[in-house]
Amino acid sequence: MKHSRSKLKYIRQNWQLYLFFTLPGLLLTIIFKYIPMGGILIAFEDYNPMQGILGSDWVGLEHFRRFLSSPDFLTYLTNTLKLSVYGLLWGFPIPIILALLLNRIKNKGIQKKIQLFIYAPNFISVIVLCGMIFIFLSPVGPVNKFLGTSINFMTMPEAFRSIYIASGIWQGAGWASIMYTAALSNASPELSDAAIMDGASLLQQIWHVDLPAIKPIIVIQFILQAGNIMSLGFEKAYALQTSLNIPASEILPTYVYKLGLQMGDYSFSTAVGLFNSIINVILLIIVNAVVKRFNEGEGI
Amino acid sequence: MGRKKTRGSMHDKVVLGIGFLLLGLFVVLIIIPLVFVVVGSFMDPNVLHSQGISFDVRNWSLGGYRRVFENQMIWRGFLNSMLYSFVFAIFSVFITLLAAYPLSKRDFVGKKLINTIYLITMFFGGGLMPTYLLISNLKLIDTIWALILPGAVNVWNIILVRTYYQSLPTELREASAVDGASEITHFFRILLPVCKPIIAVIFLYQFVGMWNSYFDAMIYLENPDLQPLQLVLRSILIQNTPDPGMVADIQSAAEMSKIAEQLKYATIVISSLPLLIMYPFFQKYFDKGVMVGSVKG
Repeated sequence: MKHSRSKLKYIRQNWQLYLFFTLPGLLLTIIFKYIPMGGILIAFEDYNPMQGILGSDWVGLEHFRRFLSSPDFLTYLTNTLKLSVYGLLWGFPIPIILALLLNRIKNKGIQKKIQLFIYAPNFISVIVLCGMIFIFLSPVGPVNKFLGTSINFMTMPEAFRSIYIASGIWQGAGWASIMYTAALSNASPELSDAAIMDGASLLQQIWHVDLPAIKPIIVIQFILQAGNIMSLGFEKAYALQTSLNIPASEILPTYVYKLGLQMGDYSFSTAVGLFNSIINVILLIIVNAVVKRFNEGEGI
Repeated sequence: MGRKKTRGSMHDKVVLGIGFLLLGLFVVLIIIPLVFVVVGSFMDPNVLHSQGISFDVRNWSLGGYRRVFENQMIWRGFLNSMLYSFVFAIFSVFITLLAAYPLSKRDFVGKKLINTIYLITMFFGGGLMPTYLLISNLKLIDTIWALILPGAVNVWNIILVRTYYQSLPTELREASAVDGASEITHFFRILLPVCKPIIAVIFLYQFVGMWNSYFDAMIYLENPDLQPLQLVLRSILIQNTPDPGMVADIQSAAEMSKIAEQLKYATIVISSLPLLIMYPFFQKYFDKGVMVGSVKG
């Protein structure tokens, strides 16, 4: 510990860095992120608000047993997994393709105008997006008028995932392409020029020059998104739920909300939520390890 | 970007043509729903109901907008959202700019520990009920702080800002240290003025995030007078229950459903307009903001 004295000296000399700069953010994080982690204890007890977290009866893994053996468990888990895995498979490549195409537009003015349009839906709120979906897909809405039918899409469980994912791409793909576009525009033009001199075809240029330039970002994005498969947004799924599409639209986050805040089953809700986060962390670790193996030791 | 003109084989042109066709299709698919909503908001409810969208100006009316503008709930929601989003964005940006500064220093003692404390929260959290119980024990229910405080520290933004600080020349601090400026003085006098692009980007992120969210407000705000715009919109657009005051003069149910549709379009336009107007002004900062973030750290 021969360094500890010089460390103390550093802290004393630079106390502003600790008290003024670090403390506010750290304090907020500890209060609003770490204290709730301690609150996870209620997943292992029959929490009673009167008795508090430390005074309630312990039940061990009872809530987890109840959840894992309930018939709903598999439905909600597969709903969650299908929605996010399909969402990732459809949604992940599109921003990359968009960026590769945008990069090939020589006229910067046109490029900027297209970007202005494809970023715009990102700034529309979840509620407005879902409101638009309800209007467009209503039995008397424009989509049915166009098809000459009167299908009530929002009540069909089999349509839910397609609606959710397609609208997600409509809203987010343009915005997600921004990172790739930025990386491509910063890539050195010499490589590209050299490839052209060598007579590489367009597809060869994209494969050997453009894609390698954005590969690090693709990798990070993939790990982050695949690792977040279980933390699907609550807001959109909940807003798109109707009593009839529940068989497909009830995912773990919406279930946790209903259990906890609507039915008041605090402990069970917390157990389901914890189960969800644990799967998420495991997935993140697996994805990171797999990517590392295929990417010469580079993960996050 | 002085890319030389390719000799351009036929094959390349076909590939590029197909690519641009798809890109054009994507842009058209983005625009159609937006145009539809805007035109729909101006349509006469009866024509809208019987024929659908028409570009004939004779079929247009401003009735939908009149109803929206006369509605108290929407106004109140609008003002609440403005307040929440501004306070949240300013507070959050300030905390983030502070927190990121020491972490950008090479020799900051405790950097690793603090980094780890932040990073863990990106991947694991207490979940819904423990957080709700904390907010309720702190007596923050039905206060603006329930929306502001829990999300104020955004780790992703801290990484963005830290990377931005690191991209600045270290001579900045060396020079101000020679002049005897403390870290706090240096931060306000020298650092903040050169950080405008990154401040603009994270301000926009946080503002938009708060403006567009509804979950926290739904669970933490029980008083209807405190509701942000998104919750008001939710009752109009999703739950199909427009504020009675909006449609008080409508007698029949059939008439009501026609009006409701136009009303929805107008509500969508008005509520989305502030951000859609605001965001192009930030566009020039986007590339910079996301680029520094993509650098690994």
